[in-house]
Amino acid sequence: MKSKERGPVKEIGQKAYAVPNRPGPGRPVLFNPDICNGCNRCVDICPMEVFIPNPEKGKPPIILYPEECWYGGCCVEECPRQGAITFNSPLMQRVRWRRKDTEEDFHT
Amino acid sequence: MSDWFEALESMGPAAIAWPYPVRYGVETDVECDVAVLGGGPAGCMAAISAARAGANVVLIDKGHPKRSGGGGVDHWLNTPNPASTITPEECVDWELESYNGYCNGLSRYIAAREGYDTLLEIEQMGGKIRDTGDEFKNAPFRDEKTKFLFAYDYENKFVFRVWGTTFKPAMYNQCRKLGVQIYTKVMVTSLLTVPHGEGIKVVGATAVDARSGEFYVIKARATIDCMAFSQASWLFSSELTGLPYFHPNVVSDGPAIAWRAGARFTMMEKSGATAEPGHAFPHYGTGNPKNTWFPCSMVDANGKEIPWVDYQGRILKDVSERTRPAPGQKFIAERAQAPKYRCPRIIDDLAERIRKGEFTLPLYADLPSMPEHERKAIWGLMVGEEGRSRVPVFEKYTRAGFDASRDLLQSYMLLGGEPHSGLQQGITLPYLRTYGPLASPGGLVTDWNLRTSLEGLYAAGSALYAANYYHHAAATGRYAGRKAAEYALKTGTSAPRQKQIEEEKVRVYAPVARRNGMDWKELRAGLCRVMQNYCSEPKNEKLLQLGKLWLRDIEENVFPDVSVPNPHMLMRVLESFNMLYCDESIIEASLARKASSTSLGFIRQDYPDIDPPEWHKFITVEKRNGKVVNGELPMGFWGPLSDNYVKHNPAYKGFLKG
Repeated sequence: MKSKERGPVKEIGQKAYAVPNRPGPGRPVLFNPDICNGCNRCVDICPMEVFIPNPEKGKPPIILYPEECWYGGCCVEECPRQGAITFNSPLMQRVRWRRKDTEEDFHT
Repeated sequence: MSDWFEALESMGPAAIAWPYPVRYGVETDVECDVAVLGGGPAGCMAAISAARAGANVVLIDKGHPKRSGGGGVDHWLNTPNPASTITPEECVDWELESYNGYCNGLSRYIAAREGYDTLLEIEQMGGKIRDTGDEFKNAPFRDEKTKFLFAYDYENKFVFRVWGTTFKPAMYNQCRKLGVQIYTKVMVTSLLTVPHGEGIKVVGATAVDARSGEFYVIKARATIDCMAFSQASWLFSSELTGLPYFHPNVVSDGPAIAWRAGARFTMMEKSGATAEPGHAFPHYGTGNPKNTWFPCSMVDANGKEIPWVDYQGRILKDVSERTRPAPGQKFIAERAQAPKYRCPRIIDDLAERIRKGEFTLPLYADLPSMPEHERKAIWGLMVGEEGRSRVPVFEKYTRAGFDASRDLLQSYMLLGGEPHSGLQQGITLPYLRTYGPLASPGGLVTDWNLRTSLEGLYAAGSALYAANYYHHAAATGRYAGRKAAEYALKTGTSAPRQKQIEEEKVRVYAPVARRNGMDWKELRAGLCRVMQNYCSEPKNEKLLQLGKLWLRDIEENVFPDVSVPNPHMLMRVLESFNMLYCDESIIEASLARKASSTSLGFIRQDYPDIDPPEWHKFITVEKRNGKVVNGELPMGFWGPLSDNYVKHNPAYKGFLKG
C-alpha cells in the first residue's frame, strides 16, 4: 500500500511543546489586554493568590494557580476597568434554564 | 498571554521567576495590645471594637480583609430589633431545641443580644441595611417605619435581608481609619505560649508571609482566634470546582494552632452529610426552594407545581402562607428541626413521588410565578448580595440572558446522593462528608468573656464551637474585641519563649530546603483518605485507632518528605499540616464519645445505643504536653443566659436593656 503525505497546513504551524498537563479547569477568568492596565488590584484582593503580577508592567496578571480559584468573583468586583476581567465558569458549572412561555432551553 | 503556560512560551525562563522578593527566615517582630488572627467578619469586628476600646491592634489575614471571609451576606439571622417582639432567649431556645442541646447557647445569646447593635454599627461604617431607595415599598416583608427588610417569618421579623456585599469593604475601611495595623497575605502558623500557674498563657503568635516567606513574631497582650473551623477534612479535589469542601483558606488553621497550644475544644466528633442546594454548582446558582431562594416555588419538567407543607404536613394554599407561622406555632425559623419552629417547605416525600411518576425530573425554580416583590428579593437582593453569588451568579446569568420574570432556573437535585445533593436524606458517602453540617460544628470552648481555656486567648466567629453564620461572627467578634482589649489594657507584656520561636521557624521552613518531595496536593488528598476510611460512618474503636496510627505515621514519616518551590506553596503545605492536627482532635473526640448520637451525626458501631441519657453531655478534648486529656461539660453549662450576660456586661449600652 502506498502512503501519500500531504503538506503542512500553514495556519496550524509546526510548533509543539513538552509541557505538563494544565491544571483543570484552567481559565477561571479571561483578561482583555486592551482594557486591563495591569493595576494588579485583582492580584491583591484574591484570597487564594490565583494570580501573580505580570513581569511586564501594564500587562494583565498571569494566572498561576487556576485550580485554587474559589469562583467567588471578588477579582471582578474589585476591577476598576469594566471588561478588563471576565468571570469564566468552568464547563461543569454551567447551568441551564428554560423560558417558561416558549419552552426554549438556554445555559450560562 | 494569560496563564503561566503561555507566559513560559513567550518569555522563557523569566516566567518561572518568583515575582516577589524572597525573605525566607527573615524575622520581623511586631508588638501590640491585641492581635486579631483572621480578617473575616469576626476578625474585622474584633479589630474595630478593640481599637475603639483604646487598644493598639494588629490584624492578620491570609487573604485580604476587604473581601475575605464573608465576602457578602444575604441573611442576618436571629436578631431582636425594633420591628420585632422576639427576645434573645427565644432566638437561642429554638436552636437549643433543634440541636438537642448540642449548641453554643452562650455565644448565640451574645449574638442575639448584640446583633442589632452590631448591625447599626456596620451601617454607620457604610454598610447598607435598609431599603433606603424604597425598592420594596409595601412589600409584606418590609417594616415601613425603619425600612428594614425581613426573611422567612414576615410576622415576627427577626431575620434581616441585607445588602451584605457592602459590609466587608466598610469594615475594612473602618479598620484602617482606626489605625489597625493590617497584614494581608500572611498566614498564622502558631500561638506563642508561656507557662502560667497551672495553665498556659498565650502571648502572641507566629506567622509567615505567603508572598515573601518572611517570618513574623507577633507579641500581644491578648490574642483573638477568628479563624474558621475546617471544612476540608474529608474531601479535597481542586479539579472539581464548586465542591463545597475546597474553601480557600478554610482548612483548619484556627483549630490547629489552638490545638497545638493546648486549648480546650468540644463537639469535635460532630460531622455529617453536606446538604447544600446545587451541590458542585455555583452556590445559590441553581433553582431551589431554600435559604437564599426561600420561598421560591418549584415545578417539575412538565410545569407541575411541587406542593409546600407546614410543620404538620398541611398543604399550603399560596406563597404568603410560606412566610408566616402555622396555627400552633409562635414563630418559624429556617433551620429549626423542632416542629414547634419549623419553616414551611416542599413535601418531604418528593423523592418517593418522583419515583412513582407523579413528578418528572428535572425540577425548576419558578421565579416567574412568584409575586413581584418576592422575585425581586430572591433574584437581585438575595442572590445579588450573598457571599459568592453576585458576580458568578447574578451578573453572569443576567449577562447570559437569564430573565427572572420569564425563565425557569433548573434545579440539580436528583434522586441519588452523588454527585449532587440528593433529595433523599441520610445519604452520606465518606468523601462527601463535611465537618460542620448546618453550621454547627466543634470548636473552642469559652467563658462569658469569650476567653478560651488559655489565659490571653479569646475566640470569635467560627473559631467557637457550634458557631453560627455571619451575624454571629460579626457580633461575637465585636464582643471578643471589647473583652480582649479590656484584658490587654490591664495586663503587662510577657516575653515569648525564644526556644519556641526557633523551633517553629525550623518546622515552618523545613519543606523549603528540600527538592523533589511530596506535593501539598498529594498530602492533602492522602489526609482526606484517612478521614474517609477511619473517621466516617460508622465509627468504631479499631477504625479510629487505625486512623490515629495513620496520622502519626504521616506526621513522622511523610511531613519530612514534603517540599515546596515558593512561599505560596509553603502556605498550602502548612495548611495541610494543620489539617492533620485538626483531624487528630476530631479522632480523639470520636474515641472519647462512647455512644452514638443522631444530634451529632455520630454513629459508633461498638456503642450502638442512640443518644443514651448518660452521654447527653459535651465531651471536651485538649492536648497537654503531647498527651490528650478528655473532659466533659454538662448541657447548658453556660448557666442562666440573661443573668450571666448582664453580670459580665454591666456597663454595656445597647438596644436591649437589663
